[in-house]
Amino acid sequence: MEPPADSRPDHEDGSSRREFIRRLAAISAGLTVAAPLGRAGTITEKRALNDEPPKTDGAGGLMEIALNVNGNTERLIVDPRVTLLDALRDRFDLTGTKKGCDRGACGACTVHLDGRRVLSCLTLAVMAQRKKITTIEGLATGDELHPVQAAFIECDGFQCGYCTPGQIMSAVACISEGHTGSDSEIREYMSGNLCRCGAYPNIVAAVKTAAAKMKGEVN
Amino acid sequence: MRPFTYELPSGVSEAANLGRPDSAFIAGGTTIVDLMKLEVVKPSRVVDINALSMRGIEMSTDGLRIGALEKMSDTALHPEVVANYPVISEALLKSASAQIRNMASIGGNLLQRTRCGYFRDVNTPCNKREPGSGCPAIDGENRMHAILGTSSSCVATHPSDLAVALVALDASVRLQSASGERLVKLDDFYLVPDTTPHRENQLLPGELITEIRVPRLAWATRSTYLKIRDRESYEFSLASAAVALDVNGDQIQDARVAVGGVGTKPWNLPKVREALTGKPLAQETFAAAAKLAGDGAVPLKRNAFKVDLVQRTIIRALMTLGGLA
Repeated sequence: MEPPADSRPDHEDGSSRREFIRRLAAISAGLTVAAPLGRAGTITEKRALNDEPPKTDGAGGLMEIALNVNGNTERLIVDPRVTLLDALRDRFDLTGTKKGCDRGACGACTVHLDGRRVLSCLTLAVMAQRKKITTIEGLATGDELHPVQAAFIECDGFQCGYCTPGQIMSAVACISEGHTGSDSEIREYMSGNLCRCGAYPNIVAAVKTAAAKMKGEVN
Repeated sequence: MRPFTYELPSGVSEAANLGRPDSAFIAGGTTIVDLMKLEVVKPSRVVDINALSMRGIEMSTDGLRIGALEKMSDTALHPEVVANYPVISEALLKSASAQIRNMASIGGNLLQRTRCGYFRDVNTPCNKREPGSGCPAIDGENRMHAILGTSSSCVATHPSDLAVALVALDASVRLQSASGERLVKLDDFYLVPDTTPHRENQLLPGELITEIRVPRLAWATRSTYLKIRDRESYEFSLASAAVALDVNGDQIQDARVAVGGVGTKPWNLPKVREALTGKPLAQETFAAAAKLAGDGAVPLKRNAFKVDLVQRTIIRALMTLGGLA
């Protein structure tokens, strides 16, 4: 017998697997995950099951913020606990930025704030306002890959690929900071990005290749 | 993470008024967001101090002033810091990762909490986190822990590299609260655990570090920071040494030595400094002086190697500075 519609598990209501996982993650984190206002309309239209504002013992409460991500500004309602990483992945659907350790130890969540590389897992979304946020999705120009993206493909700078967006965001900054003078300098300035597959030699090669191309030494 | 109210004050006095025992100040967030996720700290109010004007890095006849909100990366690369106090620049560049150095403030760096695994795990006792609950590190996993300044309550190391360099240079911190401001020597600012390991420094609720002052020391141009760790980068130290050397021909005129990774606070070594002063510039001098670094050391089961390691770290740093390495 068909269960009543309102008691069906969420993953049977036609939502995607990613949506289901998103909801599970939101529930397990105990956080209310509301959609960006611009996309989903009002605060009452939430994607997560946990629709009530969090119980806050007098503290807490939701905040309306505006984030400029890859050149687009969107307003959204967040609990102040929401990290930039979770906002990017769960609210902007920009899942290129990866959650590795979620404790500032692995670099998988690296993004740029005003052109500087930072860890989005240790950045509160509310504190990323008034800054230009760039994620891996914002690097390419149309169909044309950023030179660092192209170099990672050319040099096979990855195996499983999970750390790659963070590696690339870090590499772009490493090059613009001017820390590509030698292999050891690249390794030192890329040390905040761990690769459990151990693709380091090819990552160093990719950073070198991209740095040379961006200097115009190689065409 | 527990719920909290977020505040963004625009002035120091407003911020100080918001700082209560159940509040936490946030600048870069690299320590506090991590510890809030672990529920090691559970503030009901988080006060974002980034709108305050505690910035700027300037060199004057008195020495160096660093605004507490300056980032680790900007401070490490500042021309005046690089030129006048290489030990500060090196200590910063050997800390954390490029991403974290872009986020973390100088004031926050000095207030970062210990990396002791028991402190970070709320499922275990910890006198620093929960006074009176006990210290499992004393008989447990203590390879990374301190040998100097320990007590029967706590053996956790202070993790900041910058603080070691600043203590060696006799730096001070300017503190501001609603009731006024004061200047405190960084060496006095930090407290050893004794029976109250939850009290790590002199900071009172609502009090902020607004700036760091480093006295002028012309010969600090000859200074360095040597950090020994399990991996070459992006790791906390097993032992580190901040040293500065004033040399005249073959004679040591003066010196500064402090060590990290071995103490419950950044460990200044005035006795080592005295043992170097006026002596010939030679490996034997360095070795004899470095021996004094082990004075009062209480090694634990898994970190006894640090007694020897810290002395060798000091010797190697001095050899490098003295041009003997």
